[in-house]
Amino acid sequence: MKGFSTIYGVIAEFNSEDALREAARSAREHGYRHMDAFSPLPVKGLDGILGRKGSWAPVWVFTGGLIGALTGYFMQLWGIGMNFPFNVGGRALNSWPLFIPITFELMVLGGATAAVLSLFVLNGLPRLNHPVFAAPGFERATTDAFFLCVLSTDPDFDPVLVRRFFLQETSAITVTELRR
Amino acid sequence: MIISEQTQAKEETRARAERDERPEPLVRPGETFRSVTDKIGGIVLAGRHPLGWWISFGIAFLLVMGLFYAIAVLLAIGVGIWGINIPVAWGFAITNFVWWIGIGHAGTLISAILLLLFQKWRNSINRLAEAMTLFAVACAAMFPLLHLGRPWAFFWLLPYPNGMELWPQFRSALVWDVFAVSTYFTVSVFFWYTGLVPDVATLRDRAKNRFSQVIFGIMALGWRGSANHWRNYESAYLLLAGLSTPLVLSVHSVVSFDFSTAIVPGWHSTIFPPYFVAGAVYSGFAMVLNIMIPLRKWYGLESVVTEKHLDNMGKVMLVTGLIVAYGYIFDMFTAWYSGDAAEQYSVVNRAIGPYAPVFWLLMLVNVVLPQSLWWPYVRKNPVPLFFAALSINLGMWLERFVIVVVSLHRDFVPSSWRMFIPTGWDWLTLFGSLGLFFALIFLFVRFLPMVSIFEVRELIAEEKEGAA
Repeated sequence: MKGFSTIYGVIAEFNSEDALREAARSAREHGYRHMDAFSPLPVKGLDGILGRKGSWAPVWVFTGGLIGALTGYFMQLWGIGMNFPFNVGGRALNSWPLFIPITFELMVLGGATAAVLSLFVLNGLPRLNHPVFAAPGFERATTDAFFLCVLSTDPDFDPVLVRRFFLQETSAITVTELRR
Repeated sequence: MIISEQTQAKEETRARAERDERPEPLVRPGETFRSVTDKIGGIVLAGRHPLGWWISFGIAFLLVMGLFYAIAVLLAIGVGIWGINIPVAWGFAITNFVWWIGIGHAGTLISAILLLLFQKWRNSINRLAEAMTLFAVACAAMFPLLHLGRPWAFFWLLPYPNGMELWPQFRSALVWDVFAVSTYFTVSVFFWYTGLVPDVATLRDRAKNRFSQVIFGIMALGWRGSANHWRNYESAYLLLAGLSTPLVLSVHSVVSFDFSTAIVPGWHSTIFPPYFVAGAVYSGFAMVLNIMIPLRKWYGLESVVTEKHLDNMGKVMLVTGLIVAYGYIFDMFTAWYSGDAAEQYSVVNRAIGPYAPVFWLLMLVNVVLPQSLWWPYVRKNPVPLFFAALSINLGMWLERFVIVVVSLHRDFVPSSWRMFIPTGWDWLTLFGSLGLFFALIFLFVRFLPMVSIFEVRELIAEEKEGAA
């Protein structure tokens, strides 16, 4: 069944980080590629198992910092160097050492703003509702429950087979089919 | 017989070595993901607060009312209600500004620098320290604005297109200060809120009544703890920490430029930036302890904020205190070595001038008493540590007073020498700002988790791994 599906995925609950890691590993070996895990804390080594590498956040922060720094420097140069030339004690109009502090502060401001924006954009937040919230017991995913979901976008996705896989080959406590 | 004694001795040595090797636990054994979530989240969700909370909040709230009154009078009459005049034009307002902003710095140091240095013990205290930063910077930023004379024209400090076609004087340290402090406040808000999101999601999922569910639900932005979320989160959080670290150093350096770029004797010194930053960390850690020690007792958080934390913070205070003491000595040496009469006189005047009692009290509470931190007993016991921290907070305020007021009151021309005597309004504004700070802290403790729950979970996970 390719194309649009009313199923979001099949989600299984586990009771520890180790069980989650183990399940993710065997799902990966089983050939599933489109998966997501949910946990109350970052689980070490999980990204590698899920086949995810790095984050785009550093690129955002670098760009933000660069924009901030350039804005900071040229604002000062334009303001008191060109638009309203202001001679302070005979210093050069482009007195770059004195422009450093504000350039630096605006670089940090630009970078930090970009870091926060990247969290919103890359994580698709804010999004107050989401299919996974329907999973039974999902409110414990922010306390001590761990979930692994095989998404319906996976090329090998078949709800019945995924369900069987979770029940037979992992230590899942519950398995649920999620609707969009 | 001899052999058995030897074996016994060997056994003992091995046991001791093992004990030393295994680090003291950062979270008391027996705590689980669920138990810490219940304990920390419960403080917010159960909404039952000890008598100490109500009394302290009550006092703080009264002081806030006092602050509002003092500000209203200030706006109506003007800065003349304070004791300031020429030559001491900076008085309490700038003393308080420098003191408060310094207190804020420990928060960033704990959450950012210690994160970058993999100091895991920070995980139980960083949230409160970040909140402290936020509120301390808010208190700090208030003072220069009130001190402007016409606070309603504060936006003249910012570069914006205006009818006068003027720009701020970008070559002035005072304008750098505007950028430094406003950036610092903004970045502190980002850092604090970013850290809060996963915990607010926890509260959302555990709240029982509809109202808290909706409010926490909106604040959590839909956080689901997905592996994608965590990956981007950890990366962005680390970068925020990396940006905040040089930011802290730059902010207090810029604050010190306000003084050191002037030619006033006692101000014009190259030691100022590092010395100000060390002093900031010193007083900031003291303030974290002054808040944390009562709170951990009231809310039974001893298993999360352990003796180990108190000990570590005590050590940081000891080290930064010694840097500050070195700063005092170097200040005196530079004055002597400069051969400049006014500069030399400023040092003598501190010690035997009209403000000598302030200087000697400063030496006592900021240099002599904190040496008690060399004893592990003081570092590991909440009561003596609380008083050591209190002494440091007082000492750092006195230091700022000595730098601002005592330097200004006698400069080059004896005919313009003049005393600064604080008025009741000065005191009310100072204590009012303390009230504002503590009222905000108490409200924060009431409405948001004061310890980062997910980061304590990480500590537990790590300890489990270490034990296995």
